[in-house]
Amino acid sequence: MARLTKKDIGGFLARQGILVAFALFIIGFTIANERFLDPDNIMGVIRSSAILGVMALGVTFVVISGNLDLSVGSMMSFSTIVVLDLHDKIGPAMAIPAMFAMTLALGAFIGFLVAYLKLNSLIVTLGMLSAIHGLTLTYSGGKNMDIADKEGTWFSVFGQGDIMGISVPILIFLLLAAFLGVLLAKTPFGRKVYSVGGNGTAATFSGVRRARVVFSCYLISAFCVATAGLLQASRSLGSQNTVGQGLELEVLAAVILGGASLLGGSGTIFKTVIGVLILGFITNGLLLVGLEFYVQFVVTWVIIILAVWLDIAAKRGKLWSPIA
Amino acid sequence: MNEQTPVLRLEGIVKTFPGVRALDGVSLSILPGEVHALMGENGAGKSTLMKVLGGIHQPDEGQIIVSEQPVVMSGPLDAKAKGIVFIHQELSLADELSVAENIYLGELPRKRFGLVDWAELETRTNAILEKLKVSFDAKTRVGDLSIANQQMVEIARALTVDAKAVIFDEPTASLTDAEKIVLFEVISDLQVQGVGIAYISHRMEEIFKITDRISVLRDGQYQGTVNTAETDEEGVTQMMIGRKLDLSRNESHHELGEVALEVRGLSCGDLYQDVSFEVRRGEVVGFYGLVGAGRTEIAETLFGLRDPSAGTILIGGEEAKIHSPYDAIERGISLVPEDRKDQGLVLGMNCRDNMTLPQVDELKAGPFVSDGAEIAIFDQYRDRLDIRTPSWKQLVGNLSGGNQQKIVIGKWLSMRPDVLIVDEPTRGIDVGSKAEIHNLIRDLAAHGYAVIVISSEMPEVLHVSDRIVAMYSGRIMRTFTSEEVTEDNLIQAISGIGSDKVA
Amino acid sequence: MQAGTLSKYLKSGAIWGFIVFELIFFSVAGEFLSVSDKAFMDADNMLLLFKQSAPIGIIAMGMTIVMVNGNIDLSVGATYALAAIVMLDSMTWSIFEGMGDAVIFVAWGLALLTGVVLGAINGIIVWKTGVDAFIVTLGAMLGYRGLVFMYNGEQPTSHLNWTLVDFAEAQFLGLHTPTWFLLIVTAAIWFLMNRTVHGRNAYAIGNNREAAVNAGIRVGPHMMINFMIIGFLAALSAVVFYSESGSVNPNDGELYELWVITAVVLGGTKLTGGAGSIISTFGGVVAIQLLRKGLAHVGADTSTVNLVIGLILIAVLFLDRQLNVKGKEELKV
Repeated sequence: MARLTKKDIGGFLARQGILVAFALFIIGFTIANERFLDPDNIMGVIRSSAILGVMALGVTFVVISGNLDLSVGSMMSFSTIVVLDLHDKIGPAMAIPAMFAMTLALGAFIGFLVAYLKLNSLIVTLGMLSAIHGLTLTYSGGKNMDIADKEGTWFSVFGQGDIMGISVPILIFLLLAAFLGVLLAKTPFGRKVYSVGGNGTAATFSGVRRARVVFSCYLISAFCVATAGLLQASRSLGSQNTVGQGLELEVLAAVILGGASLLGGSGTIFKTVIGVLILGFITNGLLLVGLEFYVQFVVTWVIIILAVWLDIAAKRGKLWSPIA
Repeated sequence: MNEQTPVLRLEGIVKTFPGVRALDGVSLSILPGEVHALMGENGAGKSTLMKVLGGIHQPDEGQIIVSEQPVVMSGPLDAKAKGIVFIHQELSLADELSVAENIYLGELPRKRFGLVDWAELETRTNAILEKLKVSFDAKTRVGDLSIANQQMVEIARALTVDAKAVIFDEPTASLTDAEKIVLFEVISDLQVQGVGIAYISHRMEEIFKITDRISVLRDGQYQGTVNTAETDEEGVTQMMIGRKLDLSRNESHHELGEVALEVRGLSCGDLYQDVSFEVRRGEVVGFYGLVGAGRTEIAETLFGLRDPSAGTILIGGEEAKIHSPYDAIERGISLVPEDRKDQGLVLGMNCRDNMTLPQVDELKAGPFVSDGAEIAIFDQYRDRLDIRTPSWKQLVGNLSGGNQQKIVIGKWLSMRPDVLIVDEPTRGIDVGSKAEIHNLIRDLAAHGYAVIVISSEMPEVLHVSDRIVAMYSGRIMRTFTSEEVTEDNLIQAISGIGSDKVA
Repeated sequence: MQAGTLSKYLKSGAIWGFIVFELIFFSVAGEFLSVSDKAFMDADNMLLLFKQSAPIGIIAMGMTIVMVNGNIDLSVGATYALAAIVMLDSMTWSIFEGMGDAVIFVAWGLALLTGVVLGAINGIIVWKTGVDAFIVTLGAMLGYRGLVFMYNGEQPTSHLNWTLVDFAEAQFLGLHTPTWFLLIVTAAIWFLMNRTVHGRNAYAIGNNREAAVNAGIRVGPHMMINFMIIGFLAALSAVVFYSESGSVNPNDGELYELWVITAVVLGGTKLTGGAGSIISTFGGVVAIQLLRKGLAHVGADTSTVNLVIGLILIAVLFLDRQLNVKGKEELKV
């Protein structure tokens, strides 16, 4: 009875397809360029993916709860600009908590609109993308922001430092991933996030306070954005006010690549991390084989569609859609 | 009439779904100009049969024969082209479009270059609407119509083609009496034109009023066809359930405890008004009434899903304000909702997680969900309710309807509520599981739970209730004890007849 | 009068009310705050407003039909940029040498073809794979942008053809060429959606897909056609704009999808599909452009425009929800 049926293979691909694809990529690039698997190179990839990754962790919560967050890119620009500006005004020790508080306030505003006023999250966050962009431009007066004394500040430790040979951004990314992964997979809150995204009505009928859960997801997303802003500011110690522009899409791509359904109710932090790394390794691999960075856009496009397609094809048991 | 050629004939239709033989060798024929009732309990296979006829499902075995020609229905459109028109129970209208566009959906009359021939469309539509004697015209937006008028639009679709047979699936479910009369006139017009009508309904009085013959299905099997004039309600019922209808009343009463829930003068807008009742521990109170009588809405109010516009709710003698299911659960109220798939379960989650969802906050080991405590609860209720699933890891969406319902019931039993409300506890469940669930409800009362059962099935209400509350159009008409209730006085009460007898 | 008639009336008229409000507000505020001496409702200013609305407006017509159909297209900005590059670059190809100004028509044809093909790619993926249009076009937004960069790296692509510039800057009956394009497209799409079987079926599909399928409407081809139309219109928008400017940066058209969707939603098109009006979308386009110009007129900078538009989008959503609340007794889920 243990014969492997077509359905089993389909099911396996649906569940683990993303890991299979990941393995194939690594093998392919390793054959093409032996430097690909060099530890330094791997660390480099993870480090450069850390900012995107941190944001993707938060968006994973929002997506599993059945919503979208397209405002994370412009919110990250905001955080970066604010913390750089406040660094010189009130010092880094005060600037960081102040920036977190302001970013969380934005997240709370979005969460309030989506969770309590029950407005469509796509449009709300699209509107906030624009509004926060405007806010950032107003705040910065349209100018780039730079720290005056780039040599003399300990602020650079978050983006550039090392602890026991591991760079701090990687450490922050992995610690946050571990913490949020456990929160999502092992706690009552995480369970409620899945139930709200899986069937919001049934969750309400089970006494889950849906609005609270969705609101919390946006706060988590904002916290992750603030962290990403901190990493970005600390790495460059100066920034354009459009630094996060377009990141929301790459973040969403990573989350979808990790297998989270935009309908909500499915996805994990671990898979999102894999999705982030796949994006990072593709970029890196393409650069190593001598292609321009923008080729990754095209490759990402193909991969996203293939990944989602295979996922739903396995679920419906048919490759092609039943649409007449 | 028997020498006529049937307009539509089915021979040995078999349709299986994974795990179920939904139709098992069904044969029947519909003659021109007759109204042929198709009856059976929920889950007997009526809808499946109609979907096979309408081309939505393909039969595994057997033949469909239209005018003595064997045919294959490749889809709803194909069926329509062959003269078999299906009028859906669930409305399938585009509410932003006009009446005319809905009636001719998919086959708008065209002019050159793919343009819509509006003049032609309107003329044709108004001609049909005239036959139906409705008060709206072709240009009305469907979303602006009442449900009953939307139903009429659905019916109007049948009149667009030269139909050989028209299938009505519960057409009167949402119609007023006046609208029913119009519908019956339409049906008799069709009859005169020699169209065969298949008519599905649960309402005996309609069946006996308008049909010529009755065919009965039970558990997917054809039970026979009788002439309406030669049978009566009891005869049909017996065919449907295979025995005499069990209208036995509940006779064993448990010892009653204190009042667990009391409702005084509760109203909620137009939904229901001035509702008062009480439920004691150890008691099962049945709520019986037609769809739309306001029963489910009362349950939803008690569970914090609607805000009442007047009245008070007392729990254990204390006035309670319940604003959300969370509040309700805190106060010991549980609700097994009407719609299992939409309201009861997260289909993409596993059995255990669904069952423990309302109390997941309490089942903690440190900050984490305690796996052990959860599995213990699941095992306990799996055994107690005899839930059949390979493991707790099974996704609820993969279980049968009966087992899904038991998961929902288990979810709320495990909360050990003071008041348990069950809304349509056995809808879409096989006969065996029904009896189990009925026994369970009695058993719960015996253990001192206060139970409210809302049901549209009279045998169910009679069977499990200590007292029965009859509702009609948002009001309580009368409360019966199980000793004084009879089939007749209950039906009268829920039809609004004899409202002078209000207790 | 049936319940809900008032709210419907309010909703269908709201966008025009908003435009009137903007006109009055900026005229009055302009008196006190204006950085220029000219009145806001100056004829030239208004003509310019229509001209500047054209690039967003032409795409918004396509977005309306895609959204009415129950889909969305996030890749229009990239399609716009790629079509612009094809148009400008093809005029310099050696095979077309010696064609004189006739090359313009070839270049336009190629650009429009590019748009149709890119739209068709989205359409066929949505149709055949069943992947949600949001994801498909999100991917395409990246992918098509990648193609833009691959074409000419990070360099701008430029080619000025003076015949073309003259044409694009011409005024006919007082209206600029882009304005004419916008008006013609609006009329054509209105005709398509209200007078043809394809248009009515598109509404039916977005409104109740299952009913449409049961009625035998073939959902796939209709969706595909609509994606091809929006691709075509994105390209047409590029043709109109770059005929005049003559130079395209690889980042051009970024965030266009945001502006376009904002205009469409302001115009009252339902996010879930099935309802939406071309004329109201036109109102939405004008309202946004008016807001941009108005804010500039009273001396606010671009940052304020972004802020205000974002907040207005949310406010519209909020109002729409308030108008649709069924009453206090509604089920709270």
